[in-house]
Amino acid sequence: MAKRRTNIHGREGIAGWVFTAPAMIILGVFLFVPIVMALWVSMTNWTGNVDPFGGGPNAAFVGTRNYTALFLQDGLARSNFMQSLGNTFYYVLLVVPLQTATSLLLALIVNEKFLRGRSFFRTAFYFPSVTSSIAISTVFLFLFSNTGAVNGFLKLLGIDGPEWFSDSRGLLHMFFGLFGAGDNPGWGQGEIFGRSLWDWLSGPSVAMCVIIVLAVWTTTGTFMLMFLAALQDLPVEVDEAAMLDGVSPWQKLRLVTIPMLKPALFLVITLGIIGTWQVFDQIYVMGKGAPAGTTMTPAFLSYKTSFTSNAWGSGAAIAFVIFLIIVILTWMQRRMMREDKTPGRLRRAAGLARLTQSNRGTASANLAQNNSGTGPES
Amino acid sequence: MTTTTVPTQDRGAQGGNEGADTSPGSTTGGPTGIEPRADGRHGRNVNPKRLAGYAVLILFAIIYLYPFLIQIATSFKSDPEAAAHPLSLIPNPFDLSAWKRMFGLTSDTSVPIMTWLGNSVLVTVVITASRVFLDSLAGYALSRLHFRGRRLMFAVLLAVMSVPGVVLLVPKFLIVTYLGIFDTYSAMLLPLLVDAAGIFIMKQFFDSVSVSIEEAARMDGASVFRTFWSVVLPMARPSLITLTILSFQGSWNEFTHFLVVTQSPELKTMITGLASLTSGELGSGTQFPLKMGAALLTTIPVALIFFAFQRHFVRGANEGGEKG
Repeated sequence: MAKRRTNIHGREGIAGWVFTAPAMIILGVFLFVPIVMALWVSMTNWTGNVDPFGGGPNAAFVGTRNYTALFLQDGLARSNFMQSLGNTFYYVLLVVPLQTATSLLLALIVNEKFLRGRSFFRTAFYFPSVTSSIAISTVFLFLFSNTGAVNGFLKLLGIDGPEWFSDSRGLLHMFFGLFGAGDNPGWGQGEIFGRSLWDWLSGPSVAMCVIIVLAVWTTTGTFMLMFLAALQDLPVEVDEAAMLDGVSPWQKLRLVTIPMLKPALFLVITLGIIGTWQVFDQIYVMGKGAPAGTTMTPAFLSYKTSFTSNAWGSGAAIAFVIFLIIVILTWMQRRMMREDKTPGRLRRAAGLARLTQSNRGTASANLAQNNSGTGPES
Repeated sequence: MTTTTVPTQDRGAQGGNEGADTSPGSTTGGPTGIEPRADGRHGRNVNPKRLAGYAVLILFAIIYLYPFLIQIATSFKSDPEAAAHPLSLIPNPFDLSAWKRMFGLTSDTSVPIMTWLGNSVLVTVVITASRVFLDSLAGYALSRLHFRGRRLMFAVLLAVMSVPGVVLLVPKFLIVTYLGIFDTYSAMLLPLLVDAAGIFIMKQFFDSVSVSIEEAARMDGASVFRTFWSVVLPMARPSLITLTILSFQGSWNEFTHFLVVTQSPELKTMITGLASLTSGELGSGTQFPLKMGAALLTTIPVALIFFAFQRHFVRGANEGGEKG
């Protein structure tokens, strides 16, 4: 103890500061300070063409007006923001269950010892997660174009595919249409946060469905690896006991495996929900919110409001609202995982994924590393 | 029935070993290589379960790989051919014009992919080298050295790491404008020279390694940096490889940062260039072969590095495990 205390002042103390200085300066100057600056800007009406901290009519302090405008005041800011929340709601509603179910299914099959070539399939399913989201969005733009592969495939089945990227019709609206609900019926006129009930109930647009498919397709591989890590953590005895008791495979899955995968399921679902708040790259490439704002996400709206419409204060405010939502979700997740006594391997995978979730590719690579030493064959 | 399934399995297994095997079991061969085969012989008589398993695997493999195959094929098609036969994997006629245009062999310079490629290589090399060095330096200090403020620094690091990237768009623009480096290489590089997650990974690694060897080195009178450079870093090879791959992939695929801190066409990387090409800012018409080719060019380096390093990875992870 005494030795350590002298070290703090000695050459080790100096070395500690020297070693961490470059990192701390860069993180401070390019992360911490800018966040504080943006927090200030979110409380101004800055238009982008004057010094944001100089005051004046184009950079005046407006208090919390940019925030209240998103929720409480009638206007463009609120209607755009509410539409993006509505879009995100349907996006979460479809993406999270689909990616969870698909990745669990793939993990269960890839984990079966009696199948050969599992590492090939694992790599194949995982490959989309490694590549750039911009490159993949480009490919999907072609696949779902009017003359693209998907419509070509539908034509083989005798179906006329829609014009995916310009179709703003909501799926639920189309469904209601089958029962004769016309456009904007009387029962849907009530307003919630300045948006009519009918608009809230639109469902995801046809264009949004493409982005949903893309999201499921690119994320399943990563989540499959998480489930695989969890499956490796399951004690063998339970498996053997179930086998001896003559339980059918389906019963074993339902009564033994899935309950024991609860921590992993929870992790995948919460990471999925957190991820949906960060959808940006795909939207940038695939129409920038078009058609009719039905693919607008909060993250992209924040960018567009600032960089295109020059309402920097409002755009920054949206970013901090997203930040708050993600912080709350992350905090909830950490708390629950701690109580769950999540097994080590999964916890490590989860930790790294969470740390690097701002970069999809990075998170994937981390998981690959976590699983590399503990692949199903080992 | 059996004769049709067996070759598929073999091809699958080989593909896994050559391409991107992540499991130590099959690289070492031996027992794991034999057991499934013995298993398989038993299962051959009653195998509806296996058959269903393979059916699902193959169906999903098609769903996951076919888009990439279409991407490759389309880059060798002509524009009308790409629209007329979007599903076919054989370009007919075989058309190299998209590739010629990408490599600057035509008079059309509206899509300067060689400039983008140069910028991507530059930022990836600089950022990866810097991150590997600075992240491990800081990670080591936070794990091993005793100095005032260490706990606070670590707390700040954890806080910074939990900030999602999409929140940083406006902040990043503000700071580079404030510092007067908007639309320069400095703006592209400086903020990414260090990443909090990398420091965290290195700290975790050093926490898991025994101190005895470096203590011996320090007893012998080696300086702190000397100990770090010639004793600690060589031991950290597995983690350094991880960090290299992560930094390479992260900087090569980086989009939002370059989007908000640059605006000149000369500063576009493969990713930001491809994004502007795809979202229709460059040239006219659908140009799908060109877009697919550019997307392919963007995908290849990361795919190569990733698959090449994976085997390395397994070895590294095992070595680390034995030592730790």
